[in-house]
Amino acid sequence: MSALLGSDPLLIGDIDFTVVVIVIVKTVLVFALLLVAVMFYIWFMRKVIADMQNRIGPQRAGPFGILQTLADGIKLFFKEQSEPATADKRVFRLAPYLSILPAFLAFAIVPIGGVVTIGDHRTQLQLADPPIGVLFLLAMSGIGLYGVMLAGWSSGSKYPLLGAVRASAQLLSYEAAMGLAIVAVLIQSGTLSTREIVDGQAWDGLGSIIGRGDTHWFLVPTIVSFVIFLIAAMAETNHPPFDLVEAEQELVGGFHTEYTGIRFAIFFLAEFMNLITMCAIAVTLFLGGPSGPSLTGLGIDAGSWLNVWVMPVVWFMVKLLVLLYATVWVRASLPRLRYDQLMNLGWKLLIEIAFVWAMITAVLKVAQDVGAGAIDIIITAACALVGGFVILGILYLCIPKREEVEEIK
Amino acid sequence: MLQRAEILGVRDFYRDYFAVAVLIGAALLMVGAMLGAGRLIRPVRPQAEKYVTYEAGSDPVAGWGQSNARYYIYALLFLIFDVEAVFIFPWAVGLEGLGTFGVVEMTVFIVLLALGLVYAWRKGVLRWA
Repeated sequence: MSALLGSDPLLIGDIDFTVVVIVIVKTVLVFALLLVAVMFYIWFMRKVIADMQNRIGPQRAGPFGILQTLADGIKLFFKEQSEPATADKRVFRLAPYLSILPAFLAFAIVPIGGVVTIGDHRTQLQLADPPIGVLFLLAMSGIGLYGVMLAGWSSGSKYPLLGAVRASAQLLSYEAAMGLAIVAVLIQSGTLSTREIVDGQAWDGLGSIIGRGDTHWFLVPTIVSFVIFLIAAMAETNHPPFDLVEAEQELVGGFHTEYTGIRFAIFFLAEFMNLITMCAIAVTLFLGGPSGPSLTGLGIDAGSWLNVWVMPVVWFMVKLLVLLYATVWVRASLPRLRYDQLMNLGWKLLIEIAFVWAMITAVLKVAQDVGAGAIDIIITAACALVGGFVILGILYLCIPKREEVEEIK
Repeated sequence: MLQRAEILGVRDFYRDYFAVAVLIGAALLMVGAMLGAGRLIRPVRPQAEKYVTYEAGSDPVAGWGQSNARYYIYALLFLIFDVEAVFIFPWAVGLEGLGTFGVVEMTVFIVLLALGLVYAWRKGVLRWA
């Protein structure tokens, strides 16, 4: 693997006019892709849920109701906007921007396809490939929290404030679990760049899926992390069953109660964009991104445009669709968690499991590197695990319990 | 990773963010255009009642509500894990070079940090009752 593989070859060397044009075209494409994806996803979600509930779902706007989202959006354009008299006006107007910008930016690091040649420039089908790609993602999901927090706080109203405080505690709790789930992938890949992570999972026969072959998907070696990542990603994007942030029975609309018209639409857009981005990141980290069989078996040349341009994008989209379908399924099936259940799940279960699994992955990886036998590896890992828990258990018992404060009546 | 940084040099390090900057511009433009277009076509008919905060029909009691102090403790707890992520991420990336020593060191580090969580747990901070 070349040392330069991680950086977009387009941006190495002189940046001339053509390069700028290519970057702008790629930006516009990613932009359009995200917006169309959101439109499609909302329609898809409503149709699938309708189907699961024996209804028909949207069917009036366009064929099969596919333009329903567009119609809803246009309606919101024509709605009068109100700002509460108690609102902090400047922050109130700033919050939608803060919420949607990170949603766009996080998608920039997702590798959608392979490396292609345009004219005499080679470029990756991905907007940006910073060497710290995964950290960039975590940073963006952290900034997205500001949008929610400031929107709720600046409204000058109690329901948004409660929604925002809930949101910040929930997002913080699950961000920890998500970060630790990603650690297992980093141990496997040895890099933070999303392009290198995907290259490390390149297709090498059907065995790639189950973790055999020279390069394979990280799905099987990090299966526990994958599950934790999906749960945490849903919690991060306020997706049911984690939609306590806007629990309408308790909080009206949560942090965006006071937002109307197009500003409300922007929050809505950001939420769905975040969900799509998270699924795309899960595809990148665990399911090999664009990795999949090419059409060389059908007698099509490996260098043909079908194999270079189309197939990687097709595989990426297929995997993304599978995950998005799974999220809709979850949305239709699970009731909302109670707040204490949410916190318990995050702090008492996911974080601990993610820790233990990251350490097991590390032990297995190092054991593989030094060439230890399978039994040695298992014994070492088991000893480390049991030892760690015994130490923590003893410490737990040593710490005195908090004295119960008498209730003030 | 190191090799790559040497080849690219520090200034080139920022080149990958060129596309990110273009995307920020595009996103700002789009959101601005959406809000601007909305301003042109939507009706404006001010009435004092429209600018009262939401309260299911009756007059709202107070603009700002109270919120539970427990949220704040969770934010503090999160700090432990966020700071520790700063150490764990580079460790995970460079694990191949660190070998057995790296794993042992990190186990010690994580047990020490987990102690913070164990303490909070025992003191009943994690109990949301």
